[in-house]
Amino acid sequence: MSIRHGLLALLERGPRYGSQLRTEFESRTGSTWPLNVGQVYTTLSRLERDGLVVQDGEDDQGHALYSISDDGRTELRAWFETPVDRSSPPRDELAIKLAMAVGAPGVDIRAVIQSQRHHTVKAMQDYTRLKAQALTDVPANRDEVAWLLVLEQLIFQAEAEARWLDHCESRLVRLAEAAATEPEASTPSRAAARTTSRPRARR
Amino acid sequence: MSPHVPSPAAPPLPVDAPVLELRDLTRTHGTGIAEVHALRGINLAVHPGELVAVMGPSGSGKSTLLTLAGGLDTATGGQIIIEGQDISTLGRKGLAALRRRSVGYVFQDYNLIPALTAAENIALPRELDGVSVRKARKEARASLEEMNLLDVADRFPDEMSGGQQQRVAIARALVGDRRLVLADEPTGALDSETGEAVLALLRNRCDQGAAGVMVTHEPRYAAWADRVVFLRDGSIVDQTLSAGADSLLVAGSAE
Ligand SMILES: Nc1ncnc2c1ncn2[C@@H]1O[C@H](COP(=O)(O)OP(=O)(O)OP(=O)(O)O)[C@@H](O)[C@H]1O
Ligand SMILES: [Mg+2]
Repeated sequence: MSIRHGLLALLERGPRYGSQLRTEFESRTGSTWPLNVGQVYTTLSRLERDGLVVQDGEDDQGHALYSISDDGRTELRAWFETPVDRSSPPRDELAIKLAMAVGAPGVDIRAVIQSQRHHTVKAMQDYTRLKAQALTDVPANRDEVAWLLVLEQLIFQAEAEARWLDHCESRLVRLAEAAATEPEASTPSRAAARTTSRPRARR
Repeated sequence: MSPHVPSPAAPPLPVDAPVLELRDLTRTHGTGIAEVHALRGINLAVHPGELVAVMGPSGSGKSTLLTLAGGLDTATGGQIIIEGQDISTLGRKGLAALRRRSVGYVFQDYNLIPALTAAENIALPRELDGVSVRKARKEARASLEEMNLLDVADRFPDEMSGGQQQRVAIARALVGDRRLVLADEPTGALDSETGEAVLALLRNRCDQGAAGVMVTHEPRYAAWADRVVFLRDGSIVDQTLSAGADSLLVAGSAE
Protein backbone atom coordinates (compact mmCIF):
# COMPACT_ATOMS: atom_id res chain seq x y z
CA MET A 1 0.00 0.00 0.00
CA SER A 2 1.37 3.37 -0.96
CA ILE A 3 1.57 5.64 2.06
CA ARG A 4 3.96 7.81 0.06
CA HIS A 5 1.41 8.69 -2.56
CA GLY A 6 -1.39 8.95 -0.03
CA LEU A 7 0.57 11.62 1.82
CA LEU A 8 1.42 13.46 -1.39
CA ALA A 9 -2.29 13.53 -2.27
CA LEU A 10 -3.15 15.05 1.10
CA LEU A 11 -0.31 17.60 0.84
CA GLU A 12 -1.57 18.75 -2.53
CA ARG A 13 -4.41 20.43 -0.66
CA GLY A 14 -1.95 22.63 1.27
CA PRO A 15 0.89 22.43 3.82
CA ARG A 16 0.37 20.05 6.73
CA TYR A 17 2.28 18.65 9.68
CA GLY A 18 2.91 14.98 10.50
CA SER A 19 0.18 14.03 12.93
CA GLN A 20 -2.34 16.03 10.92
CA LEU A 21 -1.48 13.91 7.87
CA ARG A 22 -1.98 10.79 9.92
CA THR A 23 -5.43 11.93 11.11
CA GLU A 24 -6.52 12.89 7.62
CA PHE A 25 -5.23 9.65 6.09
CA GLU A 26 -7.19 7.65 8.63
CA SER A 27 -10.43 9.56 8.34
CA ARG A 28 -10.26 9.22 4.55
CA THR A 29 -9.91 5.44 4.81
CA GLY A 30 -11.98 4.85 7.96
CA SER A 31 -8.82 3.79 9.88
CA THR A 32 -8.76 0.64 7.77
CA TRP A 33 -4.98 0.78 7.53
CA PRO A 34 -3.85 2.49 10.72
CA LEU A 35 -0.65 4.54 10.50
CA ASN A 36 1.57 5.52 13.36
CA VAL A 37 3.16 8.92 13.52
CA GLY A 38 6.61 7.37 13.22
CA GLN A 39 5.69 5.88 9.83
CA VAL A 40 4.42 9.25 8.70
CA TYR A 41 7.65 11.04 9.65
CA THR A 42 9.84 8.32 8.12
CA THR A 43 7.87 8.60 4.89
CA LEU A 44 8.02 12.39 4.95
CA SER A 45 11.81 12.39 5.34
CA ARG A 46 12.16 9.98 2.39
CA LEU A 47 9.87 12.20 0.32
CA GLU A 48 12.01 15.18 1.31
CA ARG A 49 15.21 13.33 0.39
CA ASP A 50 13.69 12.58 -3.04
CA GLY A 51 12.72 16.22 -3.51
CA LEU A 52 8.98 15.53 -3.58
CA VAL A 53 8.15 17.58 -0.45
CA VAL A 54 9.91 20.46 1.28
CA GLN A 55 9.83 21.68 4.86
CA ASP A 56 7.86 24.87 4.91
CA GLY A 57 8.14 26.71 8.25
CA GLU A 58 5.98 26.12 11.29
CA ASP A 59 2.40 26.80 12.25
CA ASP A 60 1.28 28.87 15.28
CA GLN A 61 1.82 25.92 17.62
CA GLY A 62 5.32 25.25 16.34
CA HIS A 63 4.47 22.14 14.24
CA ALA A 64 6.91 21.65 11.36
CA LEU A 65 4.93 22.03 8.13
CA TYR A 66 5.56 20.17 4.89
CA SER A 67 4.43 21.12 1.42
CA ILE A 68 4.45 19.34 -1.91
CA SER A 69 7.03 20.36 -4.53
CA ASP A 70 6.54 20.57 -8.30
CA ASP A 71 8.30 17.21 -8.64
CA GLY A 72 5.92 15.88 -6.00
CA ARG A 73 2.93 17.05 -8.06
CA THR A 74 4.33 15.37 -11.15
CA GLU A 75 4.86 12.16 -9.19
CA LEU A 76 1.29 12.31 -7.84
CA ARG A 77 -0.24 12.85 -11.32
CA ALA A 78 1.75 9.90 -12.62
CA TRP A 79 0.46 7.77 -9.74
CA PHE A 80 -3.18 8.57 -10.48
CA GLU A 81 -2.66 7.93 -14.18
CA THR A 82 -0.83 4.60 -13.83
CA PRO A 83 -2.77 1.40 -13.05
CA VAL A 84 -1.78 -0.42 -9.88
CA ASP A 85 0.69 -3.13 -10.82
CA ARG A 86 -0.71 -6.65 -10.93
CA SER A 87 2.31 -8.38 -12.46
CA SER A 88 3.75 -9.50 -9.14
CA PRO A 89 0.68 -10.34 -7.04
CA PRO A 90 1.18 -10.13 -3.29
CA ARG A 91 1.67 -13.46 -1.57
CA ASP A 92 -1.73 -14.69 -0.52
CA GLU A 93 -1.66 -16.81 2.61
CA LEU A 94 -4.99 -18.46 1.81
CA ALA A 95 -3.90 -19.52 -1.68
CA ILE A 96 -0.68 -20.92 -0.22
CA LYS A 97 -2.60 -22.72 2.53
CA LEU A 98 -5.00 -24.42 0.10
CA ALA A 99 -2.15 -25.30 -2.23
CA MET A 100 -0.41 -26.98 0.69
CA ALA A 101 -3.63 -28.66 1.87
CA VAL A 102 -4.08 -30.56 -1.41
CA GLY A 103 -3.27 -34.14 -0.50
CA ALA A 104 -1.73 -33.22 2.85
CA PRO A 105 -2.02 -36.20 5.22
CA GLY A 106 -4.64 -35.80 7.95
CA VAL A 107 -6.00 -32.56 6.47
CA ASP A 108 -9.65 -32.36 5.38
CA ILE A 109 -9.40 -29.71 2.72
CA ARG A 110 -13.18 -29.22 2.61
CA ALA A 111 -13.09 -28.42 6.31
CA VAL A 112 -10.27 -25.94 5.68
CA ILE A 113 -12.40 -24.34 2.96
CA GLN A 114 -15.52 -24.20 5.13
CA SER A 115 -13.74 -22.67 8.10
CA GLN A 116 -12.32 -19.96 5.85
CA ARG A 117 -15.70 -19.42 4.18
CA HIS A 118 -17.30 -18.96 7.59
CA HIS A 119 -14.69 -16.37 8.52
CA THR A 120 -14.91 -14.55 5.19
CA VAL A 121 -18.72 -14.41 5.10
CA LYS A 122 -18.76 -13.25 8.72
CA ALA A 123 -16.36 -10.44 7.79
CA MET A 124 -18.67 -9.51 4.92
CA GLN A 125 -21.63 -9.39 7.29
CA ASP A 126 -19.71 -6.99 9.53
CA TYR A 127 -18.61 -4.79 6.62
CA THR A 128 -22.14 -4.79 5.24
CA ARG A 129 -23.57 -3.71 8.57
CA LEU A 130 -21.12 -0.81 8.63
CA LYS A 131 -22.04 0.02 5.07
CA ALA A 132 -25.78 -0.01 5.86
CA GLN A 133 -25.04 2.36 8.73
CA ALA A 134 -22.96 4.59 6.45
CA LEU A 135 -25.82 4.69 3.95
CA THR A 136 -28.59 5.63 6.38
CA ASP A 137 -27.71 9.25 5.67
CA VAL A 138 -26.41 10.21 2.25
CA PRO A 139 -22.62 10.58 2.68
CA ALA A 140 -22.05 14.30 2.99
CA ASN A 141 -18.35 15.05 2.78
CA ARG A 142 -15.42 13.59 0.92
CA ASP A 143 -14.17 11.64 3.94
CA GLU A 144 -17.52 9.84 4.21
CA VAL A 145 -17.62 9.09 0.50
CA ALA A 146 -14.02 7.88 0.56
CA TRP A 147 -14.72 5.63 3.55
CA LEU A 148 -17.73 4.11 1.78
CA LEU A 149 -15.58 3.30 -1.26
CA VAL A 150 -12.94 1.66 0.93
CA LEU A 151 -15.60 -0.35 2.75
CA GLU A 152 -17.11 -1.56 -0.51
CA GLN A 153 -13.66 -2.54 -1.72
CA LEU A 154 -13.29 -4.74 1.35
CA ILE A 155 -16.69 -6.29 0.61
CA PHE A 156 -15.90 -6.99 -3.03
CA GLN A 157 -12.52 -8.44 -2.16
CA ALA A 158 -14.04 -10.72 0.48
CA GLU A 159 -16.70 -11.72 -2.02
CA ALA A 160 -14.07 -12.71 -4.54
CA GLU A 161 -12.49 -14.88 -1.88
CA ALA A 162 -15.81 -16.51 -0.93
CA ARG A 163 -16.60 -17.22 -4.57
CA TRP A 164 -13.18 -18.69 -5.14
CA LEU A 165 -13.67 -20.95 -2.11
CA ASP A 166 -17.03 -22.15 -3.53
CA HIS A 167 -15.28 -22.83 -6.78
CA CYS A 168 -12.43 -24.73 -5.08
CA GLU A 169 -14.92 -26.94 -3.29
CA SER A 170 -16.93 -27.86 -6.35
CA ARG A 171 -13.72 -28.32 -8.35
CA LEU A 172 -12.42 -30.77 -5.73
CA VAL A 173 -15.74 -32.63 -5.61
CA ARG A 174 -15.74 -32.98 -9.38
CA LEU A 175 -12.12 -34.11 -9.54
CA ALA A 176 -12.78 -36.67 -6.80
CA GLU A 177 -15.78 -38.02 -8.75
CA ALA A 178 -13.72 -38.22 -11.92
CA ALA A 179 -10.91 -40.02 -10.08
CA ALA A 180 -13.45 -42.48 -8.63
CA THR A 181 -14.82 -43.42 -12.04
CA GLU A 182 -11.41 -43.84 -13.73
CA PRO A 183 -9.17 -45.22 -11.01
CA GLU A 184 -6.38 -46.60 -13.26
CA ALA A 185 -6.01 -43.84 -15.77
CA SER A 186 -5.58 -41.16 -13.17
CA THR A 187 -2.13 -41.84 -11.76
CA PRO A 188 0.10 -41.90 -14.87
CA SER A 189 -1.84 -39.28 -16.82
CA ARG A 190 -1.74 -36.86 -13.96
CA ALA A 191 1.99 -37.24 -13.62
CA ALA A 192 2.32 -36.64 -17.34
CA ALA A 193 0.10 -33.60 -17.20
CA ARG A 194 2.24 -32.19 -14.44
CA THR A 195 5.35 -32.17 -16.58
CA THR A 196 3.76 -31.05 -19.84
CA SER A 197 0.88 -28.66 -19.24
CA ARG A 198 1.96 -26.99 -16.06
CA PRO A 199 1.20 -23.26 -16.08
CA ARG A 200 4.35 -21.20 -16.32
CA ALA A 201 5.66 -20.33 -12.89
CA ARG A 202 6.22 -16.72 -12.15
CA ARG A 203 9.37 -17.04 -10.15
CA MET B 1 -1.23 -5.00 5.52
CA SER B 2 -4.42 -6.43 6.93
CA PRO B 3 -7.37 -4.07 7.10
CA HIS B 4 -8.53 -2.82 10.43
CA VAL B 5 -12.13 -1.73 10.59
CA PRO B 6 -14.19 -0.58 13.57
CA SER B 7 -16.77 -3.00 14.97
CA PRO B 8 -20.31 -2.38 13.81
CA ALA B 9 -23.00 -2.30 16.45
CA ALA B 10 -23.95 -5.94 16.98
CA PRO B 11 -27.60 -6.72 16.28
CA PRO B 12 -29.61 -7.51 19.40
CA LEU B 13 -30.02 -11.17 20.31
CA PRO B 14 -33.47 -12.50 19.47
CA VAL B 15 -35.69 -12.85 22.53
CA ASP B 16 -39.19 -13.36 21.08
CA ALA B 17 -40.59 -16.74 20.16
CA PRO B 18 -39.51 -17.85 16.68
CA VAL B 19 -41.79 -17.08 13.74
CA LEU B 20 -40.51 -20.15 11.94
CA GLU B 21 -39.18 -23.32 13.48
CA LEU B 22 -37.99 -26.41 11.67
CA ARG B 23 -37.48 -29.52 13.80
CA ASP B 24 -35.65 -32.60 12.52
CA LEU B 25 -37.02 -31.85 9.10
CA THR B 26 -36.43 -34.48 6.43
CA ARG B 27 -37.54 -34.77 2.82
CA THR B 28 -36.88 -37.85 0.74
CA HIS B 29 -37.78 -38.18 -2.93
CA GLY B 30 -38.38 -41.56 -4.57
CA THR B 31 -37.76 -44.98 -3.05
CA GLY B 32 -35.24 -47.79 -3.16
CA ILE B 33 -32.31 -47.25 -5.49
CA ALA B 34 -33.77 -43.95 -6.75
CA GLU B 35 -34.05 -42.54 -3.24
CA VAL B 36 -32.78 -38.96 -2.87
CA HIS B 37 -32.36 -37.47 0.59
CA ALA B 38 -32.97 -33.81 -0.19
CA LEU B 39 -33.02 -32.86 3.51
CA ARG B 40 -31.56 -34.93 6.34
CA GLY B 41 -32.74 -33.59 9.68
CA ILE B 42 -32.78 -29.79 9.60
CA ASN B 43 -33.18 -27.78 12.81
CA LEU B 44 -33.59 -24.06 12.39
CA ALA B 45 -35.41 -21.28 14.27
CA VAL B 46 -35.93 -17.83 12.79
CA HIS B 47 -37.00 -15.06 15.16
CA PRO B 48 -38.81 -11.77 14.58
CA GLY B 49 -36.36 -9.21 13.27
CA GLU B 50 -33.99 -11.83 11.94
CA LEU B 51 -32.90 -12.32 8.35
CA VAL B 52 -31.26 -15.69 7.65
CA ALA B 53 -29.41 -16.44 4.43
CA VAL B 54 -29.12 -20.02 3.19
CA MET B 55 -26.12 -20.84 1.03
CA GLY B 56 -24.87 -24.08 -0.44
CA PRO B 57 -23.93 -25.82 -3.66
CA SER B 58 -26.54 -26.63 -6.28
CA GLY B 59 -28.64 -29.60 -5.18
CA SER B 60 -27.81 -29.17 -1.48
CA GLY B 61 -31.51 -28.76 -0.59
CA LYS B 62 -32.00 -24.99 -0.35
CA SER B 63 -35.20 -24.77 -2.39
CA THR B 64 -36.54 -27.90 -0.71
CA LEU B 65 -36.02 -26.29 2.68
CA LEU B 66 -37.77 -23.12 1.59
CA THR B 67 -40.78 -24.77 -0.07
CA LEU B 68 -41.32 -26.89 3.04
CA ALA B 69 -41.02 -23.86 5.30
CA GLY B 70 -43.63 -22.12 3.16
CA GLY B 71 -46.05 -25.04 3.39
CA LEU B 72 -45.77 -25.69 -0.36
CA ASP B 73 -44.52 -29.27 -0.05
CA THR B 74 -45.00 -32.05 2.48
CA ALA B 75 -42.18 -33.17 4.74
CA THR B 76 -41.14 -36.82 5.00
CA GLY B 77 -40.40 -36.36 8.69
CA GLY B 78 -40.12 -33.69 11.35
CA GLN B 79 -42.13 -30.58 12.11
CA ILE B 80 -42.66 -27.15 10.61
CA ILE B 81 -43.95 -24.60 13.08
CA ILE B 82 -45.10 -21.17 11.88
CA GLU B 83 -46.13 -18.62 14.50
CA GLY B 84 -46.41 -21.39 17.06
CA GLN B 85 -48.62 -23.64 14.92
CA ASP B 86 -47.49 -27.03 13.65
CA ILE B 87 -48.64 -26.68 10.05
CA SER B 88 -49.35 -30.41 9.69
CA THR B 89 -52.31 -29.91 12.05
CA LEU B 90 -53.91 -27.14 9.99
CA GLY B 91 -55.67 -28.88 7.14
CA ARG B 92 -55.75 -27.58 3.57
CA LYS B 93 -57.92 -24.52 4.18
CA GLY B 94 -56.17 -23.48 7.34
CA LEU B 95 -52.78 -23.85 5.69
CA ALA B 96 -53.87 -21.82 2.67
CA ALA B 97 -55.11 -19.04 4.94
CA LEU B 98 -51.90 -19.05 6.99
CA ARG B 99 -49.84 -18.92 3.81
CA ARG B 100 -51.80 -15.96 2.46
CA ARG B 101 -51.86 -14.02 5.69
CA SER B 102 -48.48 -14.73 7.28
CA VAL B 103 -46.10 -15.92 4.59
CA GLY B 104 -44.66 -13.92 1.72
CA TYR B 105 -42.99 -16.21 -0.78
CA VAL B 106 -40.67 -15.20 -3.62
CA PHE B 107 -40.26 -18.07 -6.08
CA GLN B 108 -37.01 -18.79 -7.92
CA ASP B 109 -38.96 -18.36 -11.19
CA TYR B 110 -41.27 -15.50 -9.99
CA ASN B 111 -44.62 -17.34 -10.54
CA LEU B 112 -46.60 -14.25 -11.53
CA ILE B 113 -50.09 -14.88 -12.91
CA PRO B 114 -49.82 -14.12 -16.66
CA ALA B 115 -53.41 -12.84 -17.05
CA LEU B 116 -53.03 -10.21 -14.30
CA THR B 117 -51.16 -6.91 -14.39
CA ALA B 118 -48.31 -6.21 -11.99
CA ALA B 119 -50.62 -4.30 -9.62
CA GLU B 120 -53.30 -7.01 -9.79
CA ASN B 121 -50.74 -9.73 -9.07
CA ILE B 122 -49.76 -7.93 -5.91
CA ALA B 123 -53.32 -7.13 -4.85
CA LEU B 124 -54.77 -10.61 -5.44
CA PRO B 125 -53.61 -12.38 -2.27
CA ARG B 126 -54.81 -9.44 -0.20
CA GLU B 127 -58.23 -9.45 -1.84
CA LEU B 128 -58.51 -13.21 -1.30
CA ASP B 129 -57.83 -12.47 2.31
CA GLY B 130 -60.79 -10.12 2.60
CA VAL B 131 -59.09 -6.75 2.16
CA SER B 132 -61.29 -4.43 0.08
CA VAL B 133 -60.39 -4.14 -3.60
CA ARG B 134 -59.71 -0.43 -3.26
CA LYS B 135 -57.42 -0.87 -0.31
CA ALA B 136 -55.59 -3.80 -1.91
CA ARG B 137 -55.00 -1.78 -5.09
CA LYS B 138 -53.72 1.14 -3.08
CA GLU B 139 -51.32 -1.06 -1.15
CA ALA B 140 -50.16 -2.64 -4.41
CA ARG B 141 -49.29 0.77 -5.84
CA ALA B 142 -47.47 1.77 -2.68
CA SER B 143 -45.36 -1.37 -2.75
CA LEU B 144 -44.62 -0.90 -6.45
CA GLU B 145 -43.51 2.61 -5.66
CA GLU B 146 -41.20 1.25 -2.96
CA MET B 147 -39.67 -0.98 -5.64
CA ASN B 148 -39.35 1.98 -7.98
CA LEU B 149 -41.73 0.21 -10.37
CA LEU B 150 -44.85 2.37 -10.60
CA ASP B 151 -44.46 2.66 -14.36
CA VAL B 152 -45.09 -1.06 -14.87
CA ALA B 153 -48.16 -1.21 -12.60
CA ASP B 154 -50.56 -1.82 -15.48
CA ARG B 155 -48.38 -4.13 -17.53
CA PHE B 156 -48.76 -7.87 -17.82
CA PRO B 157 -45.82 -10.15 -16.89
CA ASP B 158 -44.90 -10.82 -20.53
CA GLU B 159 -44.56 -7.07 -21.03
CA MET B 160 -41.92 -6.76 -18.32
CA SER B 161 -38.20 -7.56 -18.20
CA GLY B 162 -37.01 -10.45 -16.03
CA GLY B 163 -35.69 -8.07 -13.39
CA GLN B 164 -38.99 -6.16 -13.31
CA GLN B 165 -40.97 -9.39 -12.90
CA GLN B 166 -38.66 -10.43 -10.12
CA ARG B 167 -39.21 -7.15 -8.28
CA VAL B 168 -42.99 -7.44 -8.73
CA ALA B 169 -42.77 -10.92 -7.22
CA ILE B 170 -40.86 -9.45 -4.29
CA ALA B 171 -43.38 -6.64 -3.89
CA ARG B 172 -46.14 -9.27 -3.81
CA ALA B 173 -44.34 -11.14 -1.04
CA LEU B 174 -43.79 -8.01 1.04
CA VAL B 175 -47.22 -6.42 0.75
CA GLY B 176 -49.45 -6.45 3.83
CA ASP B 177 -48.20 -7.46 7.21
CA ARG B 178 -46.55 -10.81 6.50
CA ARG B 179 -44.57 -12.00 9.47
CA LEU B 180 -42.50 -14.49 7.50
CA VAL B 181 -40.81 -13.72 4.20
CA LEU B 182 -39.25 -16.59 2.25
CA ALA B 183 -37.26 -15.75 -0.85
CA ASP B 184 -35.56 -18.18 -3.24
CA GLU B 185 -32.74 -16.42 -5.12
CA PRO B 186 -34.60 -13.09 -5.05
CA THR B 187 -31.77 -11.29 -6.82
CA GLY B 188 -31.09 -13.76 -9.63
CA ALA B 189 -32.18 -11.49 -12.47
CA LEU B 190 -31.10 -8.18 -10.97
CA ASP B 191 -28.06 -6.02 -11.61
CA SER B 192 -25.91 -5.29 -8.59
CA GLU B 193 -27.44 -1.89 -7.81
CA THR B 194 -31.04 -3.17 -8.01
CA GLY B 195 -30.13 -6.35 -6.15
CA GLU B 196 -28.74 -4.27 -3.35
CA ALA B 197 -31.87 -2.10 -3.22
CA VAL B 198 -33.99 -5.26 -2.92
CA LEU B 199 -31.78 -6.54 -0.10
CA ALA B 200 -32.10 -3.20 1.68
CA LEU B 201 -35.91 -3.55 1.48
CA LEU B 202 -35.84 -7.10 2.78
CA ARG B 203 -33.46 -6.05 5.55
CA ASN B 204 -35.74 -3.15 6.39
CA ARG B 205 -38.79 -5.41 6.58
CA CYS B 206 -36.96 -7.65 9.03
CA ASP B 207 -35.75 -4.68 11.06
CA GLN B 208 -39.44 -3.82 11.45
CA GLY B 209 -40.11 -7.24 12.99
CA ALA B 210 -40.63 -9.75 10.20
CA ALA B 211 -38.60 -12.97 10.02
CA GLY B 212 -36.88 -13.68 6.72
CA VAL B 213 -35.18 -16.61 5.04
CA MET B 214 -33.40 -16.02 1.78
CA VAL B 215 -31.64 -18.51 -0.45
CA THR B 216 -28.74 -17.03 -2.37
CA HIS B 217 -25.56 -17.95 -4.19
CA GLU B 218 -24.19 -14.44 -3.83
CA PRO B 219 -22.02 -13.86 -0.77
CA ARG B 220 -22.47 -10.11 -1.15
CA TYR B 221 -26.24 -10.45 -0.68
CA ALA B 222 -25.95 -13.11 2.02
CA ALA B 223 -23.86 -10.60 3.95
CA TRP B 224 -27.00 -8.52 4.55
CA ALA B 225 -28.34 -11.31 6.75
CA ASP B 226 -27.94 -11.63 10.50
CA ARG B 227 -27.01 -15.26 10.14
CA VAL B 228 -25.71 -17.30 7.24
CA VAL B 229 -26.54 -21.00 7.20
CA PHE B 230 -24.43 -23.33 5.05
CA LEU B 231 -26.18 -26.36 3.60
CA ARG B 232 -24.44 -29.36 2.10
CA ASP B 233 -26.06 -32.63 0.97
CA GLY B 234 -29.26 -31.85 2.87
CA SER B 235 -27.65 -30.97 6.19
CA ILE B 236 -26.67 -27.72 7.87
CA VAL B 237 -22.90 -28.02 8.14
CA ASP B 238 -22.12 -24.61 9.61
CA GLN B 239 -23.59 -21.20 10.36
CA THR B 240 -22.37 -17.77 11.32
CA LEU B 241 -23.82 -16.44 14.55
CA SER B 242 -26.11 -13.41 14.74
CA ALA B 243 -24.42 -11.52 17.52
CA GLY B 244 -20.92 -10.13 17.66
CA ALA B 245 -19.63 -13.24 19.45
CA ASP B 246 -17.48 -14.58 16.63
CA SER B 247 -17.00 -11.22 15.01
CA LEU B 248 -13.79 -10.87 13.04
CA LEU B 249 -13.69 -7.21 13.91
CA VAL B 250 -13.86 -7.74 17.63
CA ALA B 251 -11.07 -10.29 17.31
CA GLY B 252 -9.15 -8.06 14.92
CA SER B 253 -9.24 -4.99 17.16
CA ALA B 254 -7.44 -6.89 19.92
CA GLU B 255 -4.32 -7.41 17.77
N1 LIG C 1 -39.29 -33.84 -7.29
C1 LIG C 1 -38.08 -34.34 -7.07
N2 LIG C 1 -37.81 -35.65 -7.32
C2 LIG C 1 -36.60 -36.18 -7.08
N3 LIG C 1 -35.56 -35.46 -6.59
C3 LIG C 1 -35.76 -34.17 -6.33
C4 LIG C 1 -37.02 -33.53 -6.55
N4 LIG C 1 -36.91 -32.23 -6.20
C5 LIG C 1 -35.64 -32.06 -5.78
N5 LIG C 1 -34.95 -33.22 -5.87
C6 LIG C 1 -33.55 -33.43 -5.47
O1 LIG C 1 -33.36 -32.94 -4.16
C7 LIG C 1 -32.08 -32.33 -4.03
C8 LIG C 1 -32.23 -30.91 -3.50
O2 LIG C 1 -32.85 -30.09 -4.48
P1 LIG C 1 -33.08 -28.54 -4.29
O3 LIG C 1 -33.92 -28.06 -5.42
O4 LIG C 1 -33.57 -28.30 -2.92
O5 LIG C 1 -31.60 -27.98 -4.43
P2 LIG C 1 -31.08 -26.45 -4.35
O6 LIG C 1 -30.09 -26.41 -3.23
O7 LIG C 1 -32.21 -25.51 -4.32
O8 LIG C 1 -30.27 -26.33 -5.72
P3 LIG C 1 -30.13 -25.05 -6.74
O9 LIG C 1 -29.04 -24.19 -6.16
O10 LIG C 1 -29.67 -25.73 -8.00
O11 LIG C 1 -31.45 -24.37 -6.87
C9 LIG C 1 -31.42 -32.44 -5.39
O12 LIG C 1 -30.58 -33.55 -5.38
C10 LIG C 1 -32.58 -32.64 -6.32
O13 LIG C 1 -32.19 -33.36 -7.46
MG1 LIG D 1 -32.96 -24.01 -5.72
